[in-house]
Amino acid sequence: MSELHFPWMELAIVLPLLVALPIGWLSNRELARSLAFAACTMSFVFAVGEWVDFASLGKFEAHDHWDVIAYVFHADVFVIDELSAPLLPLGGLIYLVMILATARTKVGRFSFSWTLFSESVLLATLSCRASWVLIGLLIVGVIPPWIEMRKRGCCTRVYVLHMGVYAALLLGGYLWLNVFERPGEIPMVAATLLTAAALLRSGVVPMHCWMTDLFEKTTFGTAILFVTPLTGAYAAMRLVLPIAPSWGLQSMAMLSLITAVYASGMALVQRESRRFFCYLFLSNASLVLIGLELVTPLGLTGALCVWLSVGLSLTGFGITLRSIESRIGRVSLVDYHGLYDQMPMLAGFFLLTGMASIGFPATIGFVGMELLVEGVVDVYPMTGTAVVLAAAFNGIAIMLVYFRIFTGKRHVSPASLRIRPAEKIAVLILSVLILGGGLVPQPGVSSRHHAALELSKQRHRELSAEANEELDFHTDEEVE
Amino acid sequence: MIDNLFLWLGIAVVASPSVLLAVLGLTTLLGRPLSESVTARLTSAAVVMGLLPVLAILGMMLAFDTKYVPIELGDWIALEQEHYHFNLKFVFDRLSVPFTILSFVLCGVVGAFTRQYLHLEVGYNRFFLCYAFFFAGMVISSLAGTIETLFFGWELVGLSSALLIAYFHERENPVRNGARVWSIYRLADAAFLIAALTMHKLTGGGDFGELMGSGPWPEGIAAIDPYHALVVGSLLLVAAAGKSALVPFSGWLPRAMEGPTPSSAVFYGSLSVHLGAYLLLRVSPILDQSWTLRLLVIAVGVASALFGAMMSRVQTDVKTSLAYASLTQVGIIVVEIGCGLRYLALIHIIGHASLRTMQLLRAPTLLKDYHNLENAIGARLSRNHAPWTNLIPASLRQWCYRFGYERGFLDTLLDNWIVSPFLMAFRWSDRMERGWTDWISQQPSRESDQADLHPESEPGRIA
Repeated sequence: MSELHFPWMELAIVLPLLVALPIGWLSNRELARSLAFAACTMSFVFAVGEWVDFASLGKFEAHDHWDVIAYVFHADVFVIDELSAPLLPLGGLIYLVMILATARTKVGRFSFSWTLFSESVLLATLSCRASWVLIGLLIVGVIPPWIEMRKRGCCTRVYVLHMGVYAALLLGGYLWLNVFERPGEIPMVAATLLTAAALLRSGVVPMHCWMTDLFEKTTFGTAILFVTPLTGAYAAMRLVLPIAPSWGLQSMAMLSLITAVYASGMALVQRESRRFFCYLFLSNASLVLIGLELVTPLGLTGALCVWLSVGLSLTGFGITLRSIESRIGRVSLVDYHGLYDQMPMLAGFFLLTGMASIGFPATIGFVGMELLVEGVVDVYPMTGTAVVLAAAFNGIAIMLVYFRIFTGKRHVSPASLRIRPAEKIAVLILSVLILGGGLVPQPGVSSRHHAALELSKQRHRELSAEANEELDFHTDEEVE
Repeated sequence: MIDNLFLWLGIAVVASPSVLLAVLGLTTLLGRPLSESVTARLTSAAVVMGLLPVLAILGMMLAFDTKYVPIELGDWIALEQEHYHFNLKFVFDRLSVPFTILSFVLCGVVGAFTRQYLHLEVGYNRFFLCYAFFFAGMVISSLAGTIETLFFGWELVGLSSALLIAYFHERENPVRNGARVWSIYRLADAAFLIAALTMHKLTGGGDFGELMGSGPWPEGIAAIDPYHALVVGSLLLVAAAGKSALVPFSGWLPRAMEGPTPSSAVFYGSLSVHLGAYLLLRVSPILDQSWTLRLLVIAVGVASALFGAMMSRVQTDVKTSLAYASLTQVGIIVVEIGCGLRYLALIHIIGHASLRTMQLLRAPTLLKDYHNLENAIGARLSRNHAPWTNLIPASLRQWCYRFGYERGFLDTLLDNWIVSPFLMAFRWSDRMERGWTDWISQQPSRESDQADLHPESEPGRIA
């Protein structure tokens, strides 16, 4: 296997973890915030370094230079490939801008220590291929939100029930795959269990209520960080895609399609901004899943592009809503708030990120959405048009909420609500990426297309290997 | 040499509104909006810098007897293995050149008018940003050589439309109307996108040249069979109906008049309202492939013209009355397109757009002049009724009045039969979800229920 020129991944993963431990005990929250920001910045820099280094190699997969874990355990635990290479910087960026945009008034409520821990777990998850380590990381990743809910004295039953089932499905499915499946057979039971786990983590209807509950009960920042990296989709790519039969994947795609339309409809009737964001995200995340599960090069390319665009745009969108919430509290969508004059820049960014998430021209989502829709319509000519409908509903919902928050009779507030410098930097970083990716899409699309082709080939190789083994197995039985 | 000249002139035409959009957009995004005078000068410069090249192209086309000038900017995205190309191609032909010149002229006029009209208004910069979106969208749509490029411009026009209707955003009514128009646009855009994808599948690309066969507009013959022509054409008709406020989407047109007069003039009097008709003209060879489709187009046009004529007569304000008068004309233009009278439709668009822009820009001062006139003569101006109105029974006249006044009940029908059931179904789902999470939690599970209606006006709540 190819080797990077530096231990990028290990440093990106370990650094937040090392800083997370001491800042948990720091009573000076401002210092904790600064340290967390520094750790996130460095981790992001290492993640970008990993991506650039990997791209320069021109290989499908590679592992770290001086891979300590491989040296100790004699196994390539952390391996980067074309799927995960851009996801690590994306994950790092999401955490970085979230910490950067955290208002000073909220530093007491937002746990930087657990946030860094979550970042570390996320980056480790995104660096793992199918293995027990990945299963473990996927399960560990659900713990920090639960702890936050407990600390806030909220009822955790909905979350625990869903995540408990998720963990059981992951463990059961992977155990079944490794212990009970006969060689050469398509692992139906394991694939079903792992598929259910991935769908549950992705919030596919009707297993989505944990997500709305999470947004209700944790801080907005924690909820955004937990969902926007699309860990469920990653689990599906690593655990389900290589082993699931085509009809299984297409059933998943249909479920995701239903979720996309349902969530977009639900976004239209929400009366509070967090729940609205949750459904908007759910709809967009389901669009990504649809493309991933089609396993056609075009659909997969579209899905991988939309994955990045959704990650960037909805993180930005979430940050905007969170910034508004940090100023005025929970935002009711029942009436008009008239905040435009008091926060014009946030209004602009709200529209920019919102429009990017629905694939508006000249934003990063446009091309991805086009490819995705084309890929879906190729496979499902009639029902595939529901993707277009879901995007249309999402567009309507975003504009309705824009009007609710920023227009209407102006309610004069006693304090300035204008955007703060740190928030402005976070917002501008994301704006540059959203517009840059939209205006010059070819490099990103080519990279995702190459990844899609490799992933398709990998799946075909593994499925045909299984089919051959099955053939050999039956031939041996007949000989005996 | 000539080809290069065409290329650079073509690039200049598209680049001028795009640069204006980039400058106004970036300065706004950075929180450093430009001053009024700089904005106005930039806008004028963009109009002139775009108009001169397009006039030069027209002159060269006439001089060299060229009917079709494609400007290929290459692939914006290309996935060779998948045969997927997003080609940036603009076309100067007998349809796009007049429409582009019209766009530049009317945008220029309205830009100059707005400079005075909105002087010292708080939303001056916001207006011109939306104007830049619209301007770029119109030019891109007019010159689009592929259906994706047309969709690109189409979306820009839609967004700017909704935001400009809600320009006076401290009042709820314009905002509600903006939201309504946006909703209809989005659904129309969905139909457009599906049509574009279907065309992609049928022809292997979205190039109008390939789809419409050989020969420049309007002589092309569509390279698809009647059945597919009906499917694609119907979807495009829905998209056009949404954009041009044709029946059954006519209800949004008077609502759009809530915006400032210059935007009403340039959007709903002249350019935007004709964009649907322009789309039908652009794909008119498809209409030739299916008689059913042509009849559909004619039916929609006739219905829209009749609705518009009936409604415009009973409106109580000048802008709404003009809006419905526009609808009548657009309906007739659509009928002309359905009948295959393409040049007539194009001339009709140009004439109608120019007249309506003038009428709408004149509207704010017209009433004042009217009152001055009445004051001068010391009596009300006479109102002549058409002699044939007395031949219609009173009950029918009353019904017609009510029908027109209620705007054909179209909004009510859409609300009662589509919007309400849709929202009711999802509200029911929301209640079910609440029941489910409450049951698992064994307590009320939604903190969001306690969200204050207006926390921003409570001093203690501001962080």
